[in-house]
Amino acid sequence: MSGREFLSGNDAFAIGVCLARPRVISAYPITPQTVVVERLSEMAENGSLDVDFIHVESEHSALSCAIGASAAGVRTFTATSSQGLLYMAECLPYASGGRFPIVMMNANRSIALPWNIYGDQSDSLSQLASGWIQAYAQDAQEALDLALMSFYIAEHPKVSTPYMVNLDGFHLTHTYEVVDIPDDSLADEFLPPYRTDAGIDFNAPKNMAFSAGPGHNAAFKYRQHAAMLRVRDVVTEAEARFAGIFGRRYSGLTEAYMTGDADYIIVTLGAVSGLCRDAADALRARGVKAGVLRIRYMRPFPGDEIARELRGAKAAAVLEKDISVGNAGAVFTETAGVTDTPLSNYIGGLGGEDIAEADILEIFDDLRAGRGGVRFLGIKERIDEESR
Amino acid sequence: MKNLDKNEYFFGHKACAGCGGALAVRIALKTLGERAVAVLPAGCMSAVGFNFPQLAFANNAIISTFAGTASMLTGIVSGLRARGETGFTAVGFAGDGGTADIGIQALSGAIDRNDDILYICYDNEAYMNTGVQKSSLTPFGARTTTTPAGDRIRGNIREKKRMFEIVAAHGISYAATASVGYLRDYVEKIRKAAAVRGAKYIHVLAPCPTGWGTGADETVELAAEAVDCGLFPLREFSDGKFRVTIRRTPNAGAIRAHLARQGRFRHLTEEDIEHVISLTAARSNHL
Repeated sequence: MSGREFLSGNDAFAIGVCLARPRVISAYPITPQTVVVERLSEMAENGSLDVDFIHVESEHSALSCAIGASAAGVRTFTATSSQGLLYMAECLPYASGGRFPIVMMNANRSIALPWNIYGDQSDSLSQLASGWIQAYAQDAQEALDLALMSFYIAEHPKVSTPYMVNLDGFHLTHTYEVVDIPDDSLADEFLPPYRTDAGIDFNAPKNMAFSAGPGHNAAFKYRQHAAMLRVRDVVTEAEARFAGIFGRRYSGLTEAYMTGDADYIIVTLGAVSGLCRDAADALRARGVKAGVLRIRYMRPFPGDEIARELRGAKAAAVLEKDISVGNAGAVFTETAGVTDTPLSNYIGGLGGEDIAEADILEIFDDLRAGRGGVRFLGIKERIDEESR
Repeated sequence: MKNLDKNEYFFGHKACAGCGGALAVRIALKTLGERAVAVLPAGCMSAVGFNFPQLAFANNAIISTFAGTASMLTGIVSGLRARGETGFTAVGFAGDGGTADIGIQALSGAIDRNDDILYICYDNEAYMNTGVQKSSLTPFGARTTTTPAGDRIRGNIREKKRMFEIVAAHGISYAATASVGYLRDYVEKIRKAAAVRGAKYIHVLAPCPTGWGTGADETVELAAEAVDCGLFPLREFSDGKFRVTIRRTPNAGAIRAHLARQGRFRHLTEEDIEHVISLTAARSNHL
């Protein structure tokens, strides 16, 4: 398994997982994640992946089962989306609080109501406080590469924290592009088998996933938080190692595009980033100093990187596919906490709504005109008028 | 019983005096030995056994989510096998609510997959850990804090969910009912279950003095009496067939006496008691 292939985001991710050689996969099907579990099942069937694939009866059981396997000390994977992520939500802080380094792929999808199978980021962004590392891929190549790097980072002894890789539903999971597939032996060199002393041990039995009362509780949470903050350095380490072996480079928790001298910056995440860069190129050709800051990781939150990249800009806008009803988008709220640059918020792509280059150009126009606030793409009314 | 492991695997915990559930867990772990991996969901046994730094299990043990006992057991078996381990038993201890209510979906899934797990439901007939609320295994007539005994509600009006039959209907490899009043029978069933590869289920009656309104020294006697008066038949299911392991004919007088000594049934009218007796007789005829 190596070379260049024309693959969907889901296919690419499944290949990345296969290269990581998890020993246990427990998963429940949900659109638009299904292709990943189908491909992994085929790999288990044809022998290219030596894994116990457990067909659980729900997402709650998918993650509960994965926690059990991870407690046994083996590399464990699951995948879900949308309602499935919410159904397993109880298990998310359970996995992170227990420091079980499970990797999960989440196909970003709208959450009901209204029912909708298409992509937005409401599902994962509703779980920022769950204690999971959260990365957002922008294309199929990055999806595959994150599949490999996620295990390295999650299982790193300094981290030992579960990792959620997010792929925009349909926009990334179901669109095809040419992807470089790493050589098996190089993948093995990058990601050695998982070894831990933290698992079930018959020579030194453990009580695991226990209670901790008021006298001890904060200390466990503090350590968990500290481990999450160490992810930044481990991402740097993993990406340097990855570049050394495969030649592809990544830029840490964020990816800056012409932000250095930019007057106007769009901050965004996921597959829409490419479109934003195209719009920035178009504006630069007209002499407008536009830039794009792509957030690659929402957890740990890249506050320092965002503050640095936005410093000096006249205005910035956060474009995201979610709304924390009654406030603003979650990414905007967090970004506003780390920068003094005037910041506005654009909620777009909800329930798979198309975001066009014209929309992005309009956001830049708004920034230049000094318009602020929280706006929904495609909806003309202003929130303050609507709510009157 | 003499052959039981001399080592203790569940001690130093905070269970109430006379706790039937703690006895069920302790005896099961002594039967299964040091290579048992115990999974306990939210409930009395996890609440009394896992308070850092006072951790009461001498074998490997872990708390699962309330609904996730069976699914976590599956993951542990899969993970340990992948690690090359053999000769261990993954055993779950969930209460009646954790089994017949919130955990039934995961349990059904694990039995359906015939995962190699032993699931023990310690049935104390209500949510005792949270202060005696009705579960679907609370028996007819019992007063709980959510089924108070007044003029309108008169305690729980539903019969116990037929958990043993539900489990058997999956075509499970082995299932049994047991009672902490018949420990020899309980131990034999655990041994049988541990020797079977696939999904196994044991439903053990485990009185709760706090919730039942009985004395701390009455637990074992009450658990035996429930069997002897015909209220709680001891049964097995294997190879697709049901079998009664300790046969007792329902005895109306003994049922009356058994109900009368428990605070939770004190409000029952003559009509209610007759109803319990006729339900018990009907179920016994069915066996």
